[in-house]
Amino acid sequence: MTQKIDKIPELPAGSFERITLDSHQAERITKPSVSFWQDAWYRIRKNKGALFSLILFGLIVIMAFLGPIISPYEPNTQTITHANLPPKIPVIENLGILDGVGTLGGQEVDLYEMKNVEVNYWFGTDGLGRDMFSRVWKGTQVSLFIAFVAAAIDMLIGVIYGGISGYFGGRVDDFMQRIVEILTGIPNLVVVILFILIMDPGILAIIIALTITGWTGMSRVVRGQVLKYKSQEFVLAARTLGASDSRIIWKHLMPNVLGVIIINTMFTIPSAIFFEAFLSFIGLGLQAPDASLGTLINDGYSLIQFSPHILAFPAVLLSLIMIAFNLIGDGLRDALDPKMKD
Amino acid sequence: MAKYIGKRLIYMVITLALIATFTFFLMKVLPGSPVASADKLSPEQRAVVEARYGLNEPLPVQYFNYMFGLVQGDLGISINQFKGANVTDVILSRMGPSAQIGFQGMLLGTVLGILLGMIAALRQNTWVDYTSTFVAIVGISIPSFVFASLLQYWFGLKWGLFPVALWKDGFMSSVLPSIALAMFPLATAARFIRTEMIEVLGSDYITLAKAKGASGSEIAFKHAFRNALIPLITVLGPMAVSILTGSLVVEQIFAIPGIGEQFVKSIMVSDFSIIMGTTIFFSVFLIVIILLVDILYGVIDPRIRLSGGKS
Repeated sequence: MTQKIDKIPELPAGSFERITLDSHQAERITKPSVSFWQDAWYRIRKNKGALFSLILFGLIVIMAFLGPIISPYEPNTQTITHANLPPKIPVIENLGILDGVGTLGGQEVDLYEMKNVEVNYWFGTDGLGRDMFSRVWKGTQVSLFIAFVAAAIDMLIGVIYGGISGYFGGRVDDFMQRIVEILTGIPNLVVVILFILIMDPGILAIIIALTITGWTGMSRVVRGQVLKYKSQEFVLAARTLGASDSRIIWKHLMPNVLGVIIINTMFTIPSAIFFEAFLSFIGLGLQAPDASLGTLINDGYSLIQFSPHILAFPAVLLSLIMIAFNLIGDGLRDALDPKMKD
Repeated sequence: MAKYIGKRLIYMVITLALIATFTFFLMKVLPGSPVASADKLSPEQRAVVEARYGLNEPLPVQYFNYMFGLVQGDLGISINQFKGANVTDVILSRMGPSAQIGFQGMLLGTVLGILLGMIAALRQNTWVDYTSTFVAIVGISIPSFVFASLLQYWFGLKWGLFPVALWKDGFMSSVLPSIALAMFPLATAARFIRTEMIEVLGSDYITLAKAKGASGSEIAFKHAFRNALIPLITVLGPMAVSILTGSLVVEQIFAIPGIGEQFVKSIMVSDFSIIMGTTIFFSVFLIVIILLVDILYGVIDPRIRLSGGKS
């Protein structure tokens, strides 16, 4: 296999140039300095799954607000004569899917023709003749609202509690941690169900039930981080220079802890969305006519045999939101976690 | 270690006492007591009913009786659903199906998840790996009740492979619910094992094993897999939680006469003594599992010092 090289071709002397190493330039920073957030954004962009999820989630949020507006029907208006219509979307109907054909008595018929419905319901209608398109997006709005508010409250309480506990340490920390240990011992499911039972069902009840012990996770993470950073030299330096407690907390500790807070929040949101849907599914969630994705799935489930589309749209949307959030969360964790840095 | 276990046990008792106290007062506050329709009863009848449920005693005595009963495993008497049946008996009579689908789901999920995670780690960054990662993300993201309804619709209703619902065909009835419950453990185990395996495969002793001429399968199973398996114990707790949470909806969907289905029914008819009894039962179950998992981890992996190096 090896070819014998008889003769090495002559290299012209002019193709090389002698350079001198300038020792003054040895420590010059050649690449532009990248801030923590620029670096994180760069990493996120490289993560295709996370980027795609971010865009998908953006679209879902836009549709959650735009959907009920562009739909010509109100989410709660009942048109009994239009009940249980399968989805029908213009243009796509020519492909043989979403064309308003449903089964009735074991036969495939165009229910729109049969019921003399001139208009199109993109996602069909439910058992009371309500437009599923506007209901689904309205429900998404409600689900996202509950999840975001719950996550924000968890974050607020968790950061303050964990921050105080970690920063002041000693007996304060001991006492506060005992409380957290007892609270985390109580299963989440149990707390949520008990609190829902004492309160009137509704958005507020769900948010309170989700946050009542939900913050403990965040507080633990924040406490751990604060404990880690507060004993480091830069905090000592700040203290020596006479920085106040609040300055050390806000200017020196917070920026370091922020990454973990964001990651943790990104995982709180899907779990809040899940619990809301879960509660609605077992009948402890929102009450009619309010709708969230959970109640829509619950409604759809009871009609699964005859009108599977009523279950399909909210179920797909809920699953998409959950997948998107988990992927964004994973991406952010990889992007922000300093342990992963090369 | 003994000190750690003792400390954990004390916390467990405090937590449970807290939950029990809370549920007791909740039962007093909530509507739906046995004498809720009291205006229809004559004073004598009312007194009889109150005496039957121990409501004629002063509140502290009632509380003491309740707590004393709990310690002995007595969760009280059903208010309206079972007409005076003992809550403990109701729960025990429904444990079988729940335990079966829970156990099967857990077993199926962890075994498949471990396999999936291992294959993904050994074929890192190939389509096998990407598929397994995708399955894991989907498994973690899709709520069990959505997954359960899909299984029921396709495998039960459309294709008729398994019974659509009910608990009449023995093992066959348990297949779909078990699969529905298995999704979360499967996804969690797959993700976890993949990460652990990749880390272990990069460690020095694997390089040494390779240098000594160990075969690929020997390295994968004998050296890497064993060490990757140990940390999996830490996620057994969350898995048990997911199985329990999932059982509420999955049993509901498949109409399985288990504790979860019972619980949801009790919520709908406001049988608070059953709700509270089941709540306490769930709490004890989960708290004990999590404690066992923590202790087990400390015993199996001596590198882990649970109480910060002083045990």
